Amino acid sequence: MDVERIYREESGRILATLIRLLGSFDLAEEVMQEAFAIAIEQWPKQGPPDNPRAWLVSTAHHKAVDLLRRRTRFDSKRDELQRLAEVEQHFSEAEESMLRQDEVGDDRLRLIFTCCHPALSLEAQVALTLRTLCGLSTEEIAHAFLVPLATMAQRLVRAKQKIRDAGIPYQVPARPDLKERLEAVMLVVYLVFNEGYSASSGDAVIRRELCAEAIRLARLICEMLPAESDARALLALMLLHDSRKVARVDGDGDAVLLEDQNRSLWNQNEIREGLTLLDSALRGGAAGAYALQAAIAAHHARASRPQDTDWKQIAALYEALLRVQPSPVVELNHAAAVAMAEGPGAGLRLLDALERKAELCDYYLLPAARGDFLRRLQQWSEAALSYRRALAQAGNETARAFLSRRLAEMEKKAEEAPSRKGDR
Amino acid sequence: MQYLLLIYGNDEAFGKMSKAEQEGILQEYMEFSKSIAQSGHYRGANELAPVTTATTVRVRDKKRLVTDGPFAETKEQLGGYYLVDAKDLDEAIGLAARLPNARWGSIEIRPIVPHDMP
Repeated sequence: MDVERIYREESGRILATLIRLLGSFDLAEEVMQEAFAIAIEQWPKQGPPDNPRAWLVSTAHHKAVDLLRRRTRFDSKRDELQRLAEVEQHFSEAEESMLRQDEVGDDRLRLIFTCCHPALSLEAQVALTLRTLCGLSTEEIAHAFLVPLATMAQRLVRAKQKIRDAGIPYQVPARPDLKERLEAVMLVVYLVFNEGYSASSGDAVIRRELCAEAIRLARLICEMLPAESDARALLALMLLHDSRKVARVDGDGDAVLLEDQNRSLWNQNEIREGLTLLDSALRGGAAGAYALQAAIAAHHARASRPQDTDWKQIAALYEALLRVQPSPVVELNHAAAVAMAEGPGAGLRLLDALERKAELCDYYLLPAARGDFLRRLQQWSEAALSYRRALAQAGNETARAFLSRRLAEMEKKAEEAPSRKGDR
Repeated sequence: MQYLLLIYGNDEAFGKMSKAEQEGILQEYMEFSKSIAQSGHYRGANELAPVTTATTVRVRDKKRLVTDGPFAETKEQLGGYYLVDAKDLDEAIGLAARLPNARWGSIEIRPIVPHDMP
């Protein structure tokens, strides 16, 4: 029995159960580590227990009782004594319940709602979720978010302190609040996914892990709250995006545009599951931003060649998304879809309107989109001008490499042949 | 746990309301107090006189410095408080959200740190 594998797969669940039983994040983490240390020592000699998870929870629990007894002897503070009484009271109950799969699932769901409580800052919610539910180390989380280790450690400590001192409960919220609270949970899950998916920076291995963990959390939510169709839409969205992960970077690690991707590399299992989930979510009444974005991703997933893409439908979906979640970035995507559906000229007209609003004036994707539309209109030198502007604003290396390639291409074309004029 | 619900609002805006509106809000507060007393959450509450009556005192180098007004100038002023018993933060949030001022001002929820009184 491989203790390391059990740690990877089970530590999130074990920790969730221990936090419920002990009522303390720190104590739970401490005794879980001790229990695993004992497992590494004992299992190879005595053979692994029949139910490793139950063994680990029970061993950690004993450790917690010992620890609290020892502490109260030196320091008879009232709350420590009270906690000891509570922990001992929970003990027999724990022995029975931890074997039941449904209870364990409940523990993790409770923990998600605790970690994603709106009384914590969004940054703290994300960090705490990755630390406690996904078992990522503080170093890994700091690395993923490009934050110094000390800052991340501090963020986690503060969040745990607030949970304890402000009395943030360990429970799935009751019905009237569930929808609102689930929104917050889904936002954290989607943020974790996007952090892993947007290949702008950071360690590739950790980034892949972030995507996988986000999908795992969404699966758990769907499993535990099957009536929530928006959660299914979110899972569908992430699976459909994740299905392209191999195709969207080339051998040099550069981003490959959707239309240039080798579609045979798309993960068909994830696509099938994503499409099924989306269907069920839409039938269940999901009509929010996740459902619309998933529906857009589904249109791409269904097109076996770029020219088979139903851009008319996609443009309509972006228009619907604009009503639910108006943002300049969505407007830009809408313009790109319209350019594909009705021609680059129509896209350019939308961009003109968007540029006048100036919200996106520092956003490189705006001139990049203009460059792309002009390229499709074969207005080479105008396109080159836009790419040059985009390049001046782009921060991340992958984007800069892509824009430089396009700029060189346009400059070459502009030399070979003068631009076609008057197509707009 | 015990929580202090600090009620913030805009004194000036309240002053500009009609008599009937002001009385309506007062009535709402009375009903809220009664309701949470019945449900066992109520521990105490007070309305504060407008911030124009506030005085701030500091002692530096054993010297008293008394000044007019609150410590920090903000748009929203502390107008009153409730001390409540709640089983956790979610319950406290539920109570705070029922306060009339939550609709135009804001309610700050602060846990009480338990201390043994001498």
